Amino acid sequence: MKKSTNTGSFTPSIGGGWGGGSMITSISWKNIWRNRVRSGVIIAAITIGMFAGVFTATFYKGWIKQRLNAGVETEVSHIQIHNREFGENYELKCFIPESAKLKEELSKENFIDGVSARMVVQGMIASTETGTGVRLLGVDPEKEKTVINLYKKVADGQFLEGMKRNPVLIGKKLADKLKVKVHSKLVVTLQDSQGHLTNEAFRVCGIYSIGNGMFEEMNVFVLKADLARVVQVDETTTHEMVVHLKNHDQLKEDTELLAKKYSQLLVQDWQQLTPELGILNEYGNTYIYFFIGIILLSLGFGIVNTMLMAVMERVKEIGMLMAVGMSKFRVFWMLMLETVLLTLTGGIFGILLGLLVTIATSKNGIDLSFYAKGLEDMGYSSHVYPTIEINMVVVIVILVLITGLIASIYPARKALKYKPAEAIRIDM
Amino acid sequence: MNVIEVKQLEKVYNDSEVKVYALNGVDLTIEEGEFTAIVGPSGSGKTTFLNMLGGLDQPTSGYISIGGTEISQLSSSQLINFRLNNIGFVFQAYNLIPVLTAKENVEFIMHLQNQPKAERESRTMALLKAVGLEGRENSRPNKLSGGQQQRVAVARALASKPKFVLADEPTANLDSKSTENLLEIMEELNKKENITFVFSTHDQRVVNKARRVLTLEDGKIISDVRK
Repeated sequence: MKKSTNTGSFTPSIGGGWGGGSMITSISWKNIWRNRVRSGVIIAAITIGMFAGVFTATFYKGWIKQRLNAGVETEVSHIQIHNREFGENYELKCFIPESAKLKEELSKENFIDGVSARMVVQGMIASTETGTGVRLLGVDPEKEKTVINLYKKVADGQFLEGMKRNPVLIGKKLADKLKVKVHSKLVVTLQDSQGHLTNEAFRVCGIYSIGNGMFEEMNVFVLKADLARVVQVDETTTHEMVVHLKNHDQLKEDTELLAKKYSQLLVQDWQQLTPELGILNEYGNTYIYFFIGIILLSLGFGIVNTMLMAVMERVKEIGMLMAVGMSKFRVFWMLMLETVLLTLTGGIFGILLGLLVTIATSKNGIDLSFYAKGLEDMGYSSHVYPTIEINMVVVIVILVLITGLIASIYPARKALKYKPAEAIRIDM
Repeated sequence: MNVIEVKQLEKVYNDSEVKVYALNGVDLTIEEGEFTAIVGPSGSGKTTFLNMLGGLDQPTSGYISIGGTEISQLSSSQLINFRLNNIGFVFQAYNLIPVLTAKENVEFIMHLQNQPKAERESRTMALLKAVGLEGRENSRPNKLSGGQQQRVAVARALASKPKFVLADEPTANLDSKSTENLLEIMEELNKKENITFVFSTHDQRVVNKARRVLTLEDGKIISDVRK
């Protein structure tokens, strides 16, 4: 050792800064484990809370994604174009003028990869058992395959194929209601272009199943030529032009472009056509974050309580640290780190556990049909495949971090209120 | 060279409109290398005086200079930095950081001073050797006896190369053997390294070792005996 001790020099700067950061981080981490039971309890609470939050989020996300996929790719497609008056009364005469030209133009657009011209007529369908009102969609099967993937959802029979005359593709829910099977005969009653009621016999060529009871019960697919013949209109008559885009990310821009180009027609994307799906898409994440926010808020109170106890127990030590020259900033930083590390430990465990359970259940899904039979009637699948979204995980980690930071403020501020001269002489 | 210079130091507490003088015009000069004990009964103002010398409290009036810097004029954040670089503290209850080893406790102060790693390590080992704790560097405080903990506290107090060491009742929690041992170490550091020590104490063994004894009563120094 050197002879003189008077080498310490006074520099009138504020004490503190980031020096000793690794040492402070190390102390903060070690401090967490001073009371293993207390820290263990709060870490377990955070782990369970975050597991519940993350798994609920991935479950809900999977559910939404399935609903959106089914809604967009199986039921509605990306964009639909109608006569502006068609939506009000679904009348036969409200067709799209010059639809052949429109179809050709749309087919040439380089951002579109599928166009299907549908004829849409409201009518009654009846079996030998019962009858019900339906929406008859007259389609060209090959064109229809370019806009929706319903042909992949045919559970029994075929997609408008295998029969030369009057095939009809119906939903499973409707088949159950009418008590019919493939090859059963159905009678369709509708109003022709002259205003007369007319009947026609169709034969079930296939039964589709998409997990949306409402859609299955309402929508019946027939060949456009058959429907045109029954209602006595030209085969090119089109009420609904369905468009599938190459890039769904360009939905808004492409819809706007078509709306501008065909301003006399009503051009709508799937979010406008099915507002409930639009809301689900737009507010689904908000709902998830709100839910996780509530979990974190309640955990935050527990964290504050734990850290307050930790600070109260260490009044003397905190006084000593300030007495020997640890700045208030560093003391605050140490306690903030301690809280954040405590929160993150539980948070990361909980998130990992949630992700592991998600991965374990994502392959085979979770079957809710036993508990929630009515789900499919509302368009929601009762077999849910939880889905992980990296963005969502990142946001949840950030939310956990923010919770730790906010929860640390009160205990750390409380610690700074102690005067070192008094704190070091407190009998603990 | 004067390490501590105190002039007309007053600390007044207003207790329900009655002024209580904890310190009442204290004058004192302590030179480098002194080994001084401050004694006095409870309520004599000993603790208040120690707080002033340690830069832990501000006087009502008067002048305190440590190593030529008037600390009574410093803001609280400047005082923290001043304490870090100029004063070594030894407390009655050791007050080590329980989650750190003996070595880390000593090194901690140098971390706060942003000292380079090599210097931190060499100085820590030298200090622990000087207080007779070679081989116990990696022990946590709960694995050390009271006397050993207080020796770590002395090493920690010296780590920052302070202008003086302020020890508040350093032997109050120690048995006689540990007290004797600690006092010998501090006396040796004082004699060999010329380190300035200021004690507050009730312990006669400390008073006996001290080469200067200040007696405080009613906020005033009533005797100043040099041996």
